[in-house]
Amino acid sequence: MFPLRIAALRFAPEGRVVLDELELVLAGDGISVILGPNGSGKTVLLRLLAGLLPVHGGTIVWGDAAQPAGRLAMVFQQPMLLRMSVFANVEFALRPQALTPAERRARTTEVLERVGLAYRARDSARLLSGGERQRLALARAWAMRPRLLLLDEPTASLDPSATEAVERIIREIRTEGAKVLMTTHNLGQATRLADDIIFLAEGRVQEHEPAQRFFAHPQSPAARAFMQGELPWRIAFDH
Amino acid sequence: MTQTLLEALSLLGSFDHRLLDIVALSLRVSLTALAIGALLGLPLGAWLAVADFRGRSALIVALNALMGLPSVVVGVLVYLALSRSGPLGSYGLLFSPAAMIVAQSVLVVPLIAAVTRQIVEDAWRDYAPELRLIGISRPQAVVLLLADCRFSLSVATLAGLGRAMSEVGAVMIVGGNIDGYTRVMTTAIALETSKGDLALSIALGLVLMALILGLNVAVHFVRGWALRRYG
Repeated sequence: MFPLRIAALRFAPEGRVVLDELELVLAGDGISVILGPNGSGKTVLLRLLAGLLPVHGGTIVWGDAAQPAGRLAMVFQQPMLLRMSVFANVEFALRPQALTPAERRARTTEVLERVGLAYRARDSARLLSGGERQRLALARAWAMRPRLLLLDEPTASLDPSATEAVERIIREIRTEGAKVLMTTHNLGQATRLADDIIFLAEGRVQEHEPAQRFFAHPQSPAARAFMQGELPWRIAFDH
Repeated sequence: MTQTLLEALSLLGSFDHRLLDIVALSLRVSLTALAIGALLGLPLGAWLAVADFRGRSALIVALNALMGLPSVVVGVLVYLALSRSGPLGSYGLLFSPAAMIVAQSVLVVPLIAAVTRQIVEDAWRDYAPELRLIGISRPQAVVLLLADCRFSLSVATLAGLGRAMSEVGAVMIVGGNIDGYTRVMTTAIALETSKGDLALSIALGLVLMALILGLNVAVHFVRGWALRRYG
């Protein structure tokens, strides 16, 4: 499944170019964080990798194959939680896997304990707080034992303590051997979590560097401007 | 007018057996038709919401159009199907409560299916990416979404019940409005009004409205409680 090689990737729905000639190679370990301004194509890239959007050009090669050999999971900014219990929200995601009901229950119990939601297992998932919802979504993805975990701004609307809890879970998932590829707008979070940074702007990878090097010396003018909080990117209403 | 209303209330207060028989038959026919409508309409609507096939849009338009199907037209079609020379004539159902159930089911299924399709499709739009990634098949998604949208779908079911209970044209044609056998509240109201027996008409009308209002109030409170309990 790894290295993941993306070459000349293009996504341009109805002629509107979102990603163009995107090149990227990802190793199978660690946490890669995608940074970039709004509209740079971060979420689109994750969705293309997940197979949720059609590729309009270029190639995505997983190891030597066109399709990922390992399991892939994704946690969305607004995770989908069904109107059932916290436990059932994890357990149902294991049904497509070749597990016995006892194995499904055991694995569900295990991940809920690890994300600190075991005590709410019987509660309705819709009644959880924002941080708990995101932890539940991570638990569901974790229970699937993914080889690649895609996270789309997993802490976008969370307070610092909830963010810290989510970051701890992400580190644990990484430690267990899953590759994590995530987007964030939070530079502090990128500093805390990232092994490498992929900086995306104007539909292309402008820079892909180890995190320490990126934050110490961003190479591309776009990344330097982004880090300094400048807004060189044209905004739609800015004539 | 006041005198007629007092007579109607007197009929209700005395538990007039003729009135009770009519109410009981109405409930039996309409609730059975609703059960059939829900059994067929809910999965049909949910399937249509998640399915992806050629002609789906045309089917949705047709289903939406069938919501407004005139009940007398349904009555005539079911009459033709159940009449002695019709394809189902051998069952001998015409002018029986069973024929009325068939007619009401024909009216209720498209209504429940169309409303269900809209509700489930909205949920599917939000859920589809994650469900696809998890590996949930479309038939599994149908079951999941029906369960997830159950509180909203209670409205679809109520709409079906309202359609069934207030319907008069179709049951008049296929039931024949036979006293003590196929006379239901709506056909009795129509008949008694034409005969000038307004007291019975008003009494039946009051029962009919009370039943529909009562069911709506009950569903409203159950739904409110469930939303507070389950989110």
